[in-house]
Amino acid sequence: MARMKFLCDAERCIECNGCVTACKQEHEIPWGVNRRRVVTLNDGVPGEKSISVACMHCSDAPCMAVCPVDCFYKTSEGVVLHDKDLCIGCGYCFYACPFGAPQFPQDGAFGLRGKMDKCTFCAGGPEPDFSAAEFKKYGRNRLAEGKLPACAEMCATKALLGGDSDVIADIYRNRVLKRGKGSEVWGWGTAYGKPEKQPAAQPGAKS
Amino acid sequence: MNRMLILATVAALAWTVAGCGEKPSVTVYKQGQYQGKPDKQPWDNDQFKGDKTAWEKSVKARNLGQNEYVRISGG
Repeated sequence: MARMKFLCDAERCIECNGCVTACKQEHEIPWGVNRRRVVTLNDGVPGEKSISVACMHCSDAPCMAVCPVDCFYKTSEGVVLHDKDLCIGCGYCFYACPFGAPQFPQDGAFGLRGKMDKCTFCAGGPEPDFSAAEFKKYGRNRLAEGKLPACAEMCATKALLGGDSDVIADIYRNRVLKRGKGSEVWGWGTAYGKPEKQPAAQPGAKS
Repeated sequence: MNRMLILATVAALAWTVAGCGEKPSVTVYKQGQYQGKPDKQPWDNDQFKGDKTAWEKSVKARNLGQNEYVRISGG
């Protein structure tokens, strides 16, 4: 199986925020944290375009490069995950990410920045699969259930595709050929333009 | 004088090898390497019981389910 990717078709997105709602509901995301959001370009102008944005699980993820405590890892499916027990909430990843994916929940009475939270491609985290700890920290692990991210599967217009890059690229290619326009895939060059960074070999780890 | 010399030699020897028995008590930080807990593969759980093929089949079916041209018109 090839690596997992997200693909958002701006020709199809109708800004319904169904993906945002699906994500929030699936993982019981706290108030103020949006792992996924819909961005509208040229809002109100004829021909406006909307795109659904979250962590794109980049090939050469800048968040991984800047993390001072090295809490990020990449699974064999290309999903970028992190260990919240190590995260110090410094926010470097937020500045490095071209998609604004890292989110920081307010923690404590004085508005302190909590540990980073981001889209996991519905793949949980380093806690045991389906455990209460995994759900609490990272949300539901749909990938371990043999399912794809809730946002993509819930998308009514199938603007947001998520899964095996070969398959979703094929779906998109056929779609573009049939409609004869809109071949631009927003964010793919930024996220997947660089060659895959080889994960460091570690016994027992996904990467 | 001789006793002083022996004492000084023993003291110098002890001082020289004092650090040899020390062992590192903290994890070695390796720059650029993941420092957290190891994670398992998505098929290594109660549901798939390590069957990678079954997991891939399940994910592939879901992948293809996103193609509405196939779902609606049958090709």
